[in-house]
This record gives sequence, structure tokens and C-alpha cells, in this order.
Amino acid sequence: MFLLLLIHLLIGIAILLSGDRLGRRAFVVAALAPLATLMWAATQWSTVVGNPSEFDELSHASSAGAQFESVRWISDLDLDLYLRFDAFALIMTLLVSGIGLLVCIYSVGYFSHIKPGQSRLAGLMTLFAAAMLGIVWADHLIALFIAWELTSITSYLLIGNDDRNPRARAAALQAIFITGAGGLALLLGLVIIGQSAGTYRLSELINSPPSGSAVAAALVCILLGAFTKSAQAPFSSWLPGAMVAPTPISAYLHSATMVKAGVYLVARLSPIVANTGHWRLFVLVVGSATMLIGGLRAMRQRDLKLLLAYGTVSQLGFMMLLVGTGEYKIAQAGIVLLLAHGAFKATLFMLVGIIDHQVGTRHIRELHGFGNGWMPVKAMAVIGAASMAGMPPLLGFVAKEKAIDAYLEYGDFAGSSATLVVIIAGSVLTFAYSARFVLGVFGAYGTPDHEVHSRSAPAPSAIFVAPAAVLTVLTVMVGLFPVAISDLTKAALLSLDPDASPSTVKLWAGFNAAFVISLGIIATGTLLVIFRRPVSRFQTACAQPLRALPSSGDVYGGTIRAIDWIARRVTRTVQSGSLPAYLLVILTTVVVLPVIPMLANFGDLPKWIENPIHVPIVAIIIGSAIGAALIRRRIAAVVMLGAVGFAMAALYETQGAPDLALTQFAIETLGTVLFVLVLRFLPTRFIDLAPAVVRPLRLAVSFLVGASIFVFAIASTNARDDVAEESISVEMIARSKPDGDGKNVVNVILVDFRGVDTMGEITVLVVAAVGAVALARGSRRNDEELADLERTEEPVS
Amino acid sequence: MRRSLVLDVSVRLLYPSIIVLSLYFLFSGHNQPGGGFVGGLAASAAVSLRYVTGGLEAVRRSFRSEPPTILGAGLALSVGTAVFPMLLGGAILEHATLELHPPVLGDIKVTSALPFDVGVYLVVIGLILMVFEAFGDDRDDEMEMVEAPTVPATSVREEYRALTQHTSSSTQHAAASARLEENETS
Repeated sequence: MFLLLLIHLLIGIAILLSGDRLGRRAFVVAALAPLATLMWAATQWSTVVGNPSEFDELSHASSAGAQFESVRWISDLDLDLYLRFDAFALIMTLLVSGIGLLVCIYSVGYFSHIKPGQSRLAGLMTLFAAAMLGIVWADHLIALFIAWELTSITSYLLIGNDDRNPRARAAALQAIFITGAGGLALLLGLVIIGQSAGTYRLSELINSPPSGSAVAAALVCILLGAFTKSAQAPFSSWLPGAMVAPTPISAYLHSATMVKAGVYLVARLSPIVANTGHWRLFVLVVGSATMLIGGLRAMRQRDLKLLLAYGTVSQLGFMMLLVGTGEYKIAQAGIVLLLAHGAFKATLFMLVGIIDHQVGTRHIRELHGFGNGWMPVKAMAVIGAASMAGMPPLLGFVAKEKAIDAYLEYGDFAGSSATLVVIIAGSVLTFAYSARFVLGVFGAYGTPDHEVHSRSAPAPSAIFVAPAAVLTVLTVMVGLFPVAISDLTKAALLSLDPDASPSTVKLWAGFNAAFVISLGIIATGTLLVIFRRPVSRFQTACAQPLRALPSSGDVYGGTIRAIDWIARRVTRTVQSGSLPAYLLVILTTVVVLPVIPMLANFGDLPKWIENPIHVPIVAIIIGSAIGAALIRRRIAAVVMLGAVGFAMAALYETQGAPDLALTQFAIETLGTVLFVLVLRFLPTRFIDLAPAVVRPLRLAVSFLVGASIFVFAIASTNARDDVAEESISVEMIARSKPDGDGKNVVNVILVDFRGVDTMGEITVLVVAAVGAVALARGSRRNDEELADLERTEEPVS
Repeated sequence: MRRSLVLDVSVRLLYPSIIVLSLYFLFSGHNQPGGGFVGGLAASAAVSLRYVTGGLEAVRRSFRSEPPTILGAGLALSVGTAVFPMLLGGAILEHATLELHPPVLGDIKVTSALPFDVGVYLVVIGLILMVFEAFGDDRDDEMEMVEAPTVPATSVREEYRALTQHTSSSTQHAAASARLEENETS
């Protein structure tokens, strides 16, 4: 498994590095990765799914068929890459790699006239597939989170790949903001769960469910992550926005795989935590709202792709309702729907892409039916939409039938009957927008004021249509013979919940209540389609008062603007650009933080006069320092400072530190020269423009800084007294000759004992030098620009 | 600014002497007062003397390499000396000693601290050269430059106007200083 992930990464990076050299062949190369994964998955099939007859006899068969693999990663943190491959992971792998392979083939047709930068999509898609497989295979919550975020990032790059298109950039940003915010919540939730359960392994969580007061909050966080990723209300606004990406990307990420990550996570956790906190309530409310809102909005779309996007939102809500209840019978219906949706929605997206590519529009007002050779496209559109609408004998029907049946029979938790009503209503809406899609493709909404292109559009080539055809055949065949996936879904259910007793998936379960409801859905849906004009008018009228309310897109925009506004305000306050203000803050911090604890060490004052020669030197220091503070001519102040420095050097010399004295002397000389160099640019006198209020404050801070340095000096001398015997200086002097091979202890310390410090310091010097040059050149350029300005407009005076 | 003959001549004499002194500091530093840092500072002081007499042009002529090259070479030498023992399997900055016995000069002991110190020396000189590049001016420019206005400013903008007045005519400044004198006398 790990090897497959590596293959994905290598292929992806290789494609990215190749730039535009491969052209659309990049997609052929990219297809190798999902192909390898599929082949590997096929070899694992029998191990993972097991012998179906066993399930009938041993209804409590454990998911012993799961494959485990672990790679050492950060063993100190107990963070190893645990991978697990069980039947549910197999289903997701089929979706990720199966549809991935078909999308890669489809892309070869779609990008027939490839533009620069579009081969990048192939590499990013491969990287995305690796991340998605990481989510599906991860057995460690943290690994799952990392893969989760990687899908967000690759999705961001894929949506925004056309970086010159501002709409693509905005949509990409919106997607990553929303899913990223959810990701943060998810991380919080996963960590709480992992800590309270005592294990981060998903496979162990089922046996040691998390307990504790924080778990309820953690579950809300996890649900937030799952809802943002799976575009649930009210976070669904990014998914329609993401439709600016090329259609293969939309078909792959934003209908078949990435948006199902949230569903996947909810499905994994539901059997463990469905009865904890308000998990089920949240899932049911949000899923219901999403299913209805998505359906209603899909019915109003004129862009076929957007119609499908809102349809995806609706279907994702449906899936949440199925997998999030914690009832295994219902979850099995969810698994079937996962497969069915992957098949028909990818097909429909591919068809929209074909129409868009050949005709140049996907707007239903501009489509007027097609000419010769479009028969396969039309047939597949009908079959795909029929599967979406839940028409027998297709896979979508099987899934929906099972869902309604399971809800009727096993929905014994609070709110189950309300949810069933929502599912039925949502299915009616699904029927209606599926019909709208078909009618749109056939040109029923075409208006004469648009030029007719579609009739004369060239029919798509065989390779362009083939991937969609494969999925359509699967939809029909599996719909007719659901026994093909029966064992798979059973094993998947067992891997989710070992206590489950799954049932066989059937096309015809007898003339039961579920079938009657299905017939009712179809009949009501048909009525909605026949009376579509009044329905549409009614919907518009109802939506009118809702317009005043902010949509989720508005909320997103408002949030972003608010964050910007706060950031601007904070920056304006904190980064005022005033040097005195910065200094005030820095110096106050210096005084308050390290010096106040030092007061504890403030012991006895040292002797006032140790050596009579100190008296004149110190007198010079104090006099010059006071002079420097009071004097108003800048140059004189600098000279005073220099005097302080030279006197300090003299002080060092009298204390028997010639090396220090020498250095101090040289530094002081150079410092004065450099001061003068810069002073030329400044007025000759200090001019205090500060308001009268600030002056006492500055004075106080200055005094405090002085006092702190005094405290610091006294405290540090006292600290040395504590270890008088074993003083570090004694040891350094002793070791200087044998270890450092030098008689000058100061230098041996600099280049040997503390050599790494010196290395850091000279690095700082280099950076400072480069920075000084950059600053000076920058300001000088401004000077020149200003001078130019002044030259052009003569000063009035 | 006028050129002073005494200054020019004495700097011409002083410059090489100070450089030699700085090299002495550099090489004797391990056993006597001195070292790469002090040596570099002394050399920089010599360079600044040259700046006083000859402006930026004279500073540039002092070294064949560009200031960034000197800076980078110094850093590379120091870090290289520090890291080199690690390549041989030792600890960082592990030192070694090489004793030479050339015929005339007597015994010479070279420790691995020397190249490290040479690196420090070069970094300090490079830093000063960079600063002169950044803030220094050519002599010709300098002669054009006039003292910044001494009239007390009334706003921050005005206070820093001096920064932008490289090219403005000297008459304005003359007027400004005249005004200042008036203020002071009144």
C-alpha cells in the first residue's frame, strides 16, 4: 500500500517537473498510477471480501480480512503510518482509482487542444489521488488528518490552476478557506477523540470507544470537518464555485471522490459514536437541510454543470442521512448509494464536459438538440439521469430502494420518520432535476434568440465517450444484477461494524412498501416535470422573500471581509510606523520581563571604590552620559557617547582586560565614524515633536531602562559570588592552553569554547550588512523619485 | 569640503601601518591581546580614514574584491572551518595544530582557530565596506552636499525633509540658516 502511495507521488511529481513537455500525454502517464492501484486491489479482493457463504452462517464474522501495513515515521511521538485495507476501503479505492483511471482517459479527449499549464492538472490529479487513498487507507487519526488536508491543498491547486482567471482564483480560495477551517476543527476533534479513547488507531477505536465529557464537543468538531469537506449546508457554497475547474477535475474531485471524504469519515465513526452526544441529531438535521436545499437549487440552474453540482450537494446530504445514523442496515444502503452515485454522477459530468467541449456551451437555453452521431451521448445522459432519479432497473434505484426500505424497517431512533419524509421529498426533487438535465440535453429549454450551434456540432470521438460508456454499462449491469456488489457491500459493512448482519442487495425485493413509495416518488416527480413552468414560477415566488436573507456565499464573503478589516485595524494600530512607539514597547518589555524576577537576586551593593583610578574615569562616564542625554545637537551627543565608550575602555584596562579594552576602543572609533556618516542625512538638532502627554512617559521608561541595567549588573555580579570556588572562568582559564592551544583566554573562548556563538554572530553581521545596504538603497531610490517630483513641479516658495 | 594636504599625506602613511597592525592583531590574537574581531575593526578604522580623505572612491580602491564578496568569503571560511572537522567525523569546531619549522623564521605554530579568525576578520571588514557603500557618498557628491537645514521643524514630515533634499539648491539652505540665525539672535 505504501509502495502504491509512493508510486502516485513519484508519477505526480515527475509530471509536474516535466512542465508542458508531455502535453496531453501527461494524462496517459497519470493513468498508470490508478491502473496499478486497481490491479493491486483486484489481487486483494478475495482476501478482503472473503467467502460470501461464510456470512450467512457466521453472521458475526469479523473483518479479519483486513490488510495492515505500517511504516516507521516519527517513533518518538508514537506516530507511525498505519495503513489498513478492508472492504470499505476497497470500495473507496474502487471509486478513487476506478474513476481516476477513467477520468485520465477522458482527459486525453477533453484536452485535445491543450493549453500551457494544463498538463500540470495531470500531476496534481495524481497527487490528489495519493492523498485521497491516504484518507481511505489511513488507520491512524493523525495520518488521516494529514491526508485530509493534502486533498484540500491539491483541490485548491486544481481549482485555481488557471491562475489568470480571477474567478478560478476566488473559487479556489473559497474552497480552501472553508475546507481548511473545517480541517482545523477536525484536527481538534480527532485529538480529543484519540486522547480520550487512548488510541489513535481507527481499527482499535471500535473496541475502545472514546468516553469522557469532552467527547461530545470533539464529535461536533469532527462533524464540522466532515460537513465542510462534503459541502453540507451551510458550507456548500464552495462546491458550485469549484465548477470553474475543467470538467475532468469536477467529475473526479468534486463529485466522485474528495467530497465523499466527509461521508467516508462519518461512515467510519458512526457505528462507534452515533449514540454519543448529539451526533445523530446533527447528522440528520444537516443532511436533511442539505438534501432539500441542494435539490431545490438544482432545479433552478440553467448551467448543466452547476445543475449537477447542486445535485451532488443534495446527494451528499442523502449519503450523510444514510451512513451517519449508526444503524448498519441503513449504512449498507449508504454504501450502495456511494457506488451508484460515483458511477452516475461521474458519467453525467463527463457528458456535460463532452457537450461543453464540442458545442462550446453548456447552458440549457443555448442547446437545441444534436445532430448525427450524438446518439450514444444522448442515451448515456438518459441512463445516467435515470439512475440519479432512481428509476428501475438501474443502480441508483437499487440504492434508493434499499435506503427507503431500511428506514421503514430499522428507523427506530428519534427523528427517523421525519428523515424518511425528507428522503422521499428529496428524491422527488432529485427526479425533477434529473428530468431537467435530460430535457436540457435534448434542447427542450432552447430559446430561439441564441444562435443554434448544437445541431451542427461535431460528434465526439470514441475515446472521448468511452470512459462514460464504461460507467454507464456498469450502472446498468450492476443495477440488473446487484448480486455482483452484494458481497462487497456486506464485507464493507462488516468492516465498519463487526456486529452487523448485512443483508443481500436485491433489485426486486417484492411488492413492498418501499416499492410503493418509489412509485409514488416517480409519479410525483413526473407531475413536477409536466407542470414545470408553474412549479418554476411558484419556486421563484417563494424564493423572493428569501433573497433578503444572506446566502452562504454572502456569509463567506462577509467573513472574509471582516477578517480583512480586523487585520487592517490591528496592523494599523500595532505597526504604526513610529520608531519611538516601537522603541517604547521593546524597552518596556525588556524592563518588565527579565529584570523584575532579577530583583530577587539583588543582594548587597559592591564596594563603592575599589581602585582610586576609577574615580576620574567614572566621573567622565557619568558626565558624558548626562551630557549626551541633555545636549540638543546631534553631533555633540554622538561625541559624548563616544567619550562614554572610550572611558569604558579605560575602565577595562585598569581591571586588567586589555583584550576587552582594545575591542571597545576600536568599536567606539568606528561607531563614531558610522554615526557621523548617517547623521549627515538628519537635522543637526534633536527636534521633539511628541505631544506633551507622551514626554513624561518616555522619561519614565528611560529611567526605568537605566535602573534595570543597574539591577542587571548588580544581580549578575552577585550570581557569580554563589559559585565563587568552581567559577566557570577559573575552569576556562585552566583549560585554555591544553584544550584551545592559546594563551589568550578571551580569544580561545571566542574561537573555540564559544565558537558556535561566534559563528552565529558573524552570520548576524552578514545579514545586518546586507539589510543595511538594502534599506539605504531603497530609501535612496525613493529620494530620487521624490527629487524627480520636486523637479517637475517647481516649489512655490 | 576642501582637501587638506596634511590629512591626505598622513593618511597615506597611516593606512598601511594600521593595516599591518590589524594583521598583527589577527595573527597574534591566539596568545596575545587581539584576534580576528579586533583586527577587523582596526582595518576598518583604516578604511574609514581613507573615506575621510578620498570619499567612497578611495574606499572602493582599497580592496580588489567587491564588499559582498569579502563578506561572503569570510562567512564561508569561518563556517567551513567550523564544519570541516564534522566531515572527518569529529565534533564541530574541533581544533587541530600544525607546527612548522621553516629554516629562517623559527618555529611557527598554526592552529585551526586561525582560519576561523581570518573569516571573522573578513566579515568585519566586509560589513564596514558594505555600510560605506550604503551610506557613504562620492567625494564629488559630498562637495555638493550642504548641511541640512537647522530651522526647527514643525512636523515629522518637515523634520525628515532633509532626507529628500540632496539635490536642492544651496541657496535655500543659506536662506534657512540665515533664518535660524535670526531666530537665535532674537
